[in-house]
Amino acid sequence: MLRQTAAAVTLGTMPDSPLLTAAAVAVIAMAIAVVVGVGLKVLRSFRDLGTDAERATYHTLHAASQAGQHLRRGLNPAGAAKASRQLRTLLGCDALAVMDTSGVLAWDGAREDLKPRMMDLAAGVLASGRTTVLPAGEAGAGTDTTGGPLAAVIAPVRAGTRVVGAVAAFAPTAGAGLVRATSEVADWVAVQVELAELDASRTQLMEAEVRALRAQISPHFIYNSLNAIASFINTDPARARELVVEFADFTRYSFRRHGDFTTLAEELRCIDRYLLLERARFGERVQVSLRVAPEVLSTVIPFLSLQPLVENAVRHGLEAKEGPGHISITANDAGAFAEVTIEDDGVGMDPAQLQSMLAGHTDGEHVGLRNVDARLRQVYGNDHGLVIDTAPGEGTLITMRVPKSQPGHDA
Amino acid sequence: MNPGVALAALVGVSVATAVIGFYGLRISRTTGDFYVASRTVRPWWNASAIGGEYLSAASFLGVAGLILLSGTDALWFPVGYTAGYLMLLLFVAAPLRRSGAYTIPDFTEARLDSRPVRKVTSLVVVLVGWLYIVPQLHGAALTIRITTGLPSWVGSVAVVIVVCLTVVAGGMRSITFVQAFQYWLKLTALAVPILFIIFVLAGSGSAPLAPPAVNPTGVAPAGLYQNVSLLVALLFGTLGLPHVLVRFYTNPDGQSARRTTLIVLGLLSVFYLFPTAYGLVGRMFAPGLARAGQADAMVLLLPGELVGGTAGDLLSALVVAGAFAAFLSTTSGLVVSLAGVISQDVLGAGVNGFRLAAVISAVVPLGFAFMTDSFALAGSVGLVFAFTASTVCPVLLLGIWWRGLTDAGAIAGMLTGGVLCGGAMIVGAFAGVATTPGWLAQPAAWTVPAAFAVMVIVSRATEQRIPKTMSKVMTRLHTPERPLATER
Repeated sequence: MLRQTAAAVTLGTMPDSPLLTAAAVAVIAMAIAVVVGVGLKVLRSFRDLGTDAERATYHTLHAASQAGQHLRRGLNPAGAAKASRQLRTLLGCDALAVMDTSGVLAWDGAREDLKPRMMDLAAGVLASGRTTVLPAGEAGAGTDTTGGPLAAVIAPVRAGTRVVGAVAAFAPTAGAGLVRATSEVADWVAVQVELAELDASRTQLMEAEVRALRAQISPHFIYNSLNAIASFINTDPARARELVVEFADFTRYSFRRHGDFTTLAEELRCIDRYLLLERARFGERVQVSLRVAPEVLSTVIPFLSLQPLVENAVRHGLEAKEGPGHISITANDAGAFAEVTIEDDGVGMDPAQLQSMLAGHTDGEHVGLRNVDARLRQVYGNDHGLVIDTAPGEGTLITMRVPKSQPGHDA
Repeated sequence: MNPGVALAALVGVSVATAVIGFYGLRISRTTGDFYVASRTVRPWWNASAIGGEYLSAASFLGVAGLILLSGTDALWFPVGYTAGYLMLLLFVAAPLRRSGAYTIPDFTEARLDSRPVRKVTSLVVVLVGWLYIVPQLHGAALTIRITTGLPSWVGSVAVVIVVCLTVVAGGMRSITFVQAFQYWLKLTALAVPILFIIFVLAGSGSAPLAPPAVNPTGVAPAGLYQNVSLLVALLFGTLGLPHVLVRFYTNPDGQSARRTTLIVLGLLSVFYLFPTAYGLVGRMFAPGLARAGQADAMVLLLPGELVGGTAGDLLSALVVAGAFAAFLSTTSGLVVSLAGVISQDVLGAGVNGFRLAAVISAVVPLGFAFMTDSFALAGSVGLVFAFTASTVCPVLLLGIWWRGLTDAGAIAGMLTGGVLCGGAMIVGAFAGVATTPGWLAQPAAWTVPAAFAVMVIVSRATEQRIPKTMSKVMTRLHTPERPLATER
């Protein structure tokens, strides 16, 4: 107890101990070093920015690229509101308005009281497509008491040949500089709008492509089936009738209009009908075995995504081959995925040619495969394309992996 | 009893499980069988599979042991385990199937349109699964120790190895048939011995050693709070069990999901007659088992005790086989569904990711099982149900039936329920069974309402976060599906 107190006193009364002094010096030295370091860094950063002209260029380009990002989705209120802030600093005007043909999308800066009248002021520009300057008196100075009169420069935004909107800049005086700058900004906005339209049409194109890829049963198949049925009409009318009913059921399924998705069970039944019709043509040459885990039967898959694979196995695997051919179809439960494989022991394919066909470089015979592959990638992402193991003369194994959980897709 | 017979039973069940798992798929050689092969699982099969997966060590060993110890109070366990399916039938089965989601995290993500909710749900689901596997491993350890005299760890390790091997080697290709087989095996393994015992007892006319109304170890009857809280845990806990909900995906539509649940109710009711009978017979004719502290092993010991001889050995072997079916089926069901969640959210969705996740989800609870001591099986599974009821159940029920749920509310509610219930479980584990007050030992009665309340209040406060997709998702959940075009 006593010793402890003594120690405390010793510490308290001896601030000049060499250890403490050294520590204090170290702390101060470190503090100085930090200050100097930061100061140097700040100085250098100023120096690095270069001349005034360089900095002005940088600021302009920076503001433009920022505004460009906001306008990436075209002329809409949210994007225009954010972009107009950048554009106003770019032009250095008091207020800036962005409008499309139906109304004001964004207003940045002073004199928002002018906003209701803006469309009237811009009507001429939107109709004629020519930049207009409204001198201070005309731009509505008389009605307002809060600020001085403002002049306006209104420049049209032209996408292609159409006028899709306008940019209006307000300043106390509308000099030639402001007029030129404003119409340049309007042209720049027009480029962004065109880019956005390009984006939109690219998305539309992809959607259209998927729609076009969807649900094509091959005309060959229809022709061949009808011929095969015809050959039975005299010899075995009962069978012919049965086949016609199967054919009707098959086409009914594949011509259905609603929905881009179906269940594995439905698709397997469609394949059943398809194979019945093919066997009418090939007889016992087509042998099929199935191994299906019942857990995955209710998995949702893109409509008509398996039938083309089976058709490919029949047409390109077995048709070209002599003697009987065997196709095996399996569906397995693989954790959160369903794995479907289709294997044939037919003539196989050349991998290099297949690859170039899947990449869309050449139009080969196996268009059905490419079609399914493209749809799978479109719907589930690039990891879920078809996996094809094949070599000439070695048969073909096609594997498809689909997530079981697809709350967004209705079968 | 004879260790060799018990080991043979164990090996037999493992081999049968693996064989059905590997080769149980319907194979058809001709196109004529196409229609059969593409027919979805019938509700009967699926209900048997759900029963097989659901009836765990707690139901097979624990319930009878608890009835031996505390009589009618323990009857709430089988009542609650079964009645939970009534809740499932009424509130969850059909809408969840219609959602198209495969796991609970899939469902919450789709319903609330939010990644963070998915992460939290996944975390909770993995926790629930691990907590649920631990009592299965305890049960296996107990069974091995009692029946073969080998050290306890052999049992848990054997179950983990068998499950890992079958799942990793792709042996769960037809999990529905494996689990359906396990249900009927479990039912037979309980029903045949007890009926035999009852006939033997009736034939020999031996007098009961003790009246059935007296607790053999003098356990005090449970209070009203305990029973209510237990029932809340079991009723609501069933709604959130990850391995059970995954099974509903096998149903083709919402209506067959309901029919399946109805059959499950019947199957479970039949099953629970037998543990109850064991408990009753044990109370009257073998009260000594309870005093020896072997209540959980009562089902395993009763045939040897009351019948004896070769017949007793064979009956014991049947019971051991049933017990291992219970450990294996519940553990493999949980491992498969946990591996799905872990591989999707943590490891990436490849085949190897799934295998690694399966090993992780089996080995981690093995560590838990080594660290903790086995106490009453039915009780520890009851606590897992309380945890599920306080976390997953509110988000499922409100997600399906309340338009106002938001992601912030769901996360806050799940965390509240998880922290409260998990805290109560940890405190209870450290304090020991004897010194834990009743409200901590059975926390569900206050943690479940707390989780619901927090979820509702936070959702109300963050109304602007109601997802834009809400109306669409709700419509999908509650309107009948389009009939399949090719169903005839």
